[in-house]
Amino acid sequence: MADHRDGLPQGKKGNLLDRSADEQAVFQDPGLPPHRPRTTDVDSGAAKRAERQVALLFAISIIGSILFFVGYFGVRVDGDIYSVTDSAPTAALRLQNLLLGGGIALGMLGIGVGVVHWARTLMPDHELVEERHDVVTEDQRAEAEQIVGTILDESGIKRRPLIRNTLIGAAVLAPLPFVGLLKDLGPLNLTPLRHTLWDQGVRLVRDPSGTPIKASDVTLGSTFHVLPENLMDLGHEEGYLDQKAKAVVLLMRLDPDIVTVTPGREDWNVDGIFAYSKVCTHVGCPIALYEQHTHHLLCPCHQSTFDLANECEVVFGPASRPLPQLPIQVDDEGYLVARSDFTEPVGPTYSQRVIAVNEMEEENGN
Amino acid sequence: MKALSQKRRHPLALLALLVCALLLTGGLYAVATTTNQAKAAENYTASDVDEGSKLFISNCSTCHGMNGEGSDSGPSLVGVGAASVDFQVSTGRMPMQMQGPQAQVKPAQFNEEQTRQLAAYVASLGAGPEVPDEESLDVSQGDAANGAKVFLANCAMCHNAAGAGGALTRGKYAPSLMGVDEKQIYEAMQTGPQNMPVFNDANITPDEKRDVITYLKTMENNTDPGGFGLGSLGPVSEGLFIWTIGLLIIIGFAVWLTSRSA
Repeated sequence: MADHRDGLPQGKKGNLLDRSADEQAVFQDPGLPPHRPRTTDVDSGAAKRAERQVALLFAISIIGSILFFVGYFGVRVDGDIYSVTDSAPTAALRLQNLLLGGGIALGMLGIGVGVVHWARTLMPDHELVEERHDVVTEDQRAEAEQIVGTILDESGIKRRPLIRNTLIGAAVLAPLPFVGLLKDLGPLNLTPLRHTLWDQGVRLVRDPSGTPIKASDVTLGSTFHVLPENLMDLGHEEGYLDQKAKAVVLLMRLDPDIVTVTPGREDWNVDGIFAYSKVCTHVGCPIALYEQHTHHLLCPCHQSTFDLANECEVVFGPASRPLPQLPIQVDDEGYLVARSDFTEPVGPTYSQRVIAVNEMEEENGN
Repeated sequence: MKALSQKRRHPLALLALLVCALLLTGGLYAVATTTNQAKAAENYTASDVDEGSKLFISNCSTCHGMNGEGSDSGPSLVGVGAASVDFQVSTGRMPMQMQGPQAQVKPAQFNEEQTRQLAAYVASLGAGPEVPDEESLDVSQGDAANGAKVFLANCAMCHNAAGAGGALTRGKYAPSLMGVDEKQIYEAMQTGPQNMPVFNDANITPDEKRDVITYLKTMENNTDPGGFGLGSLGPVSEGLFIWTIGLLIIIGFAVWLTSRSA
């Protein structure tokens, strides 16, 4: 018996069929299945019906396109679409949207489905066979080898090592400028990631009204969405949104009996009023789902949950660090102000965060 | 300063300190309570309070205690105010059907009169937010655009930008705000029922509260100009729709395109 690696059937023990060598050698081309005429080929009534169907689909397309223009020119949205008392303008807007979208959809779909239906029922459906190209022959291969050999000979690259070596040198050096350009993408300028608009004495103001907050306004169980007061003067061209994205803060009063405060942070809260960054330390979603009784903060993106009673320690979810706390105090007029900027970078981890943290610790140490 | 520190052991120093502390806390408390004061819309009579007390003892005292002082199974109701009672009872959340992560909305168990009497009784236990008056709820005077700003900053993270509600932790959820009575929305902001934070008048002013209600009523009135709303839940319901209905349509077309015609 042959070697078991030759892939031949292994006698009668295996599952393979036991065929004679002749049968195995000859593969019989099964050919094409017999052509089966469609009902539209043999029945002229069916063909007529299919023709009408295709025409109907095209007519639907025409109607769809007309509907688009009916919506575009025919429907007027007059009045205030934000009115509470008058729903007519929103109803008109909805009708217009329906006609525009539905019209285009019918217009395109009608043509597409119609053409396919036409091809399937009425156009000839004879099977065609396209023969595979011949495999490349040995002498063509030799011819190609000869061409390459000629090029090498005529360029003289084997005989002139000076040219060859300088070419290799040039080819190695040419891509290096691009590596240099890539290097310019980093390292990051850490300053904008490290500092926010918060600073000593900056008032905490309400989002969106911009009014300052008295400590007595913050009753037990209430929460304030807070911005730094100096953000309010910033224009959109001066990076309003960038600054806002970093500086958003959530403020709430917690029952002093349930809160644990680590040493060094005792004066960061005002009688149980705590301020925390609203930017999740996981990937930076705004966290503000505050559950009053469980004193948990939930991030809506990936369900990271922070325990406010324990300095925003992570109790669930993918976040790996507590939310940074903003140190606050009360100014002479009784308004809440920041004691300083955040003492660590807000938001998610980035590649050079460790460097930023070290730098900030040094700054605070001095 | 030096003179002051020399007198700190004076027999009257402790008394002076005590008086100062009392004045300070009293003053702060007065400021806090006045900022939280809703305009009185209801005048409760002594008989309201009496009737309310009877209703309270037979329906609420099992959990909240005979005098509303609270127990292991229910919080104290001293100082929660009439607004809180009106919200919890008129939405059917209280009396609670069973203990659970969150009180469920169900058909109200008391009529308007009984709810008023209960509110009168609980309001008599200690000062708290009162039921808002008609003017605070008049959406024709509200500014929907400003309401949207306030809503997006303070409410949308839990209740969804369209007010459709959303999930919280461990079985709790923020309910949909569509179809909720104006007064109940106002009271919920004012009192912070269950795990919802309190938004007192110092935080969101009565005018801003009315703007928020106006915005929500606008959303209710808004007939989904973009087409199918799919519950306004955003990517979840939209994704489900496109992955089921949308893919089925595409698969249907693919099967049709490659099938043999009869």
